[in-house]
Amino acid sequence: MLSTQRSDDDDQYMLVACLDNVRNVSTILKAIHFKDTATVFASPMGLKITVEDAKCVQANAFIQEAIFHHYVIKEEQLAFKINLTVLLECLTIFGSSSMPSGNTSLKMCYAGYGCPLILMLEEEGVLTDCNIKTLEPDDVLDFDFCSSNVINKIIMKSECLKEVFSELDVTSDILQILMSPDHPYLQFSTFGNAGSTHSSFPKDSEMVESFQCSQTQTNRYKISLLKPSVKALALSTRISIRTDDRGFLSLQYMIQTEDGQICFVEYYCSPDEEVDHNEES
Amino acid sequence: MKFRGKIVDTNCIHHFSNVVNTISKLVKTCIMRITEDKVFFILSERVNDGGAQIWCELPQSHFFDEFAMEGVSAESNEIYLEVAPDLLVRSLRTAHSAKWVKVKLTKKNFPCLTIEVDLPSGSVHQRLVIHDIPVSVVARKHWPDFTEPEMPRFDVSIAMPQMRLLKNVVDKMKNLSNYVSLSANNSGEMKVSVETDMASISTHFQNLFNPSWNKDNTQTQAPMSQDRDPQEFATSRVDIRRFAQFLNSQQVNPDRVICNVVHHRMLHFFLLHDDVSLQYFLPVVSR
Repeated sequence: MLSTQRSDDDDQYMLVACLDNVRNVSTILKAIHFKDTATVFASPMGLKITVEDAKCVQANAFIQEAIFHHYVIKEEQLAFKINLTVLLECLTIFGSSSMPSGNTSLKMCYAGYGCPLILMLEEEGVLTDCNIKTLEPDDVLDFDFCSSNVINKIIMKSECLKEVFSELDVTSDILQILMSPDHPYLQFSTFGNAGSTHSSFPKDSEMVESFQCSQTQTNRYKISLLKPSVKALALSTRISIRTDDRGFLSLQYMIQTEDGQICFVEYYCSPDEEVDHNEES
Repeated sequence: MKFRGKIVDTNCIHHFSNVVNTISKLVKTCIMRITEDKVFFILSERVNDGGAQIWCELPQSHFFDEFAMEGVSAESNEIYLEVAPDLLVRSLRTAHSAKWVKVKLTKKNFPCLTIEVDLPSGSVHQRLVIHDIPVSVVARKHWPDFTEPEMPRFDVSIAMPQMRLLKNVVDKMKNLSNYVSLSANNSGEMKVSVETDMASISTHFQNLFNPSWNKDNTQTQAPMSQDRDPQEFATSRVDIRRFAQFLNSQQVNPDRVICNVVHHRMLHFFLLHDDVSLQYFLPVVSR
């Protein structure tokens, strides 16, 4: 609707993206909303939104071009920083709960460096215009996490991890993740005031879909850095847990949108300290 | 000074508690003014406190089956009480299934509004719930502080859009800014907008109804010529929390809420539901 109405003006924009159900985008963004600001990278492939904290954790949300019913970009890459909290308030301005009455459609425009991000939302004939300032993009961290260096990789249904992550003992500073080709295969441990907890998953569990572990690795990660990933976990159906030879952690979440499309959110986290991760058992 | 009233009809009990509920969501304390034929709930805030005003009128005969009052004197036959509407709401909470509700002015150690609720019981015994709500009687010299606010000479009068969307929008905007600008014109358009360092957001509603008013500011059906350019917006910027509070207070589900905009001066909301009328005056907040 919106795209045909105003297509004449679209020439001035470097990026124009439209979609019928704004919640397809807003839910994905909520999964990485643990800091106020985010960096948006737009390319012909779609949007990548990056949020970082403490130079130790990075979350990326990928909203591929196919999620939008109309997506036009005039450059190979556009980047800007934006206040994610404000962006999310705008995207959900008509309410975030799913109402049977109708969807909110969105048109998003960006005219290039220094220009605001313009959102036009429509629900039941009511229009909302938002004009959000964009900021100079920061350099984002490069975790240099390549699949050739991956030591251990487990793909599992998110279901069973939801409990582990939502009930993390926050009095523990760290979350220890053990991945091993031998028993106990996959173990999450915390060491808090009231004692330690260990949750183990056997590799032949129904929940585990793929188990490729070559070495026993025990790595510790700051719980405060991993805690926000619970938002992504809650929305996801599958998760891939990977660690590389330096003990860096990659969590990839597969999220299904309301329209049945698949989106990915990933978290990278650097280890808190090294615990003999090359030890053979 | 005497006052006692009895409500018997279930619908009237519901309606009365809904009105009180609405008031309680807007203010902590208000004035309950009792006259021979009407009960009023009045708020008249000082300018320092925001300057909002509420004027709510209930014809007593539509609610009360028995109503007897005797004011301070024969020539000023009225009673002004300062009351916390929240306490009234709580004492009426059990009343939804009541056989009858009595409201009376009593003197315990201090003046009280006594609410008696007769609950249905299976047996012959009566189940009676009694609440004493402390009130303070307003002295006559202060009465002039609570006179009906003058209906402003507004620039635009417009019916509010459907509440659900507007409520959501304003609740979201509340997270971003302390103030909201409401604009409306005589072509059925209304705009609510906020502006912050980071963003400017405005929501547009269209095809709204512009009621016609005659010279005495009473609503009429007859169209009246407007000198004003129908496209021109009148705008007032108000405290967003008060506005959100007003939108969320709607317990009475009125058929229509009219918003009158006095350009750069105030917003005046006018609710008419059956026989209850509620006016809410929200003055502008200067930049």
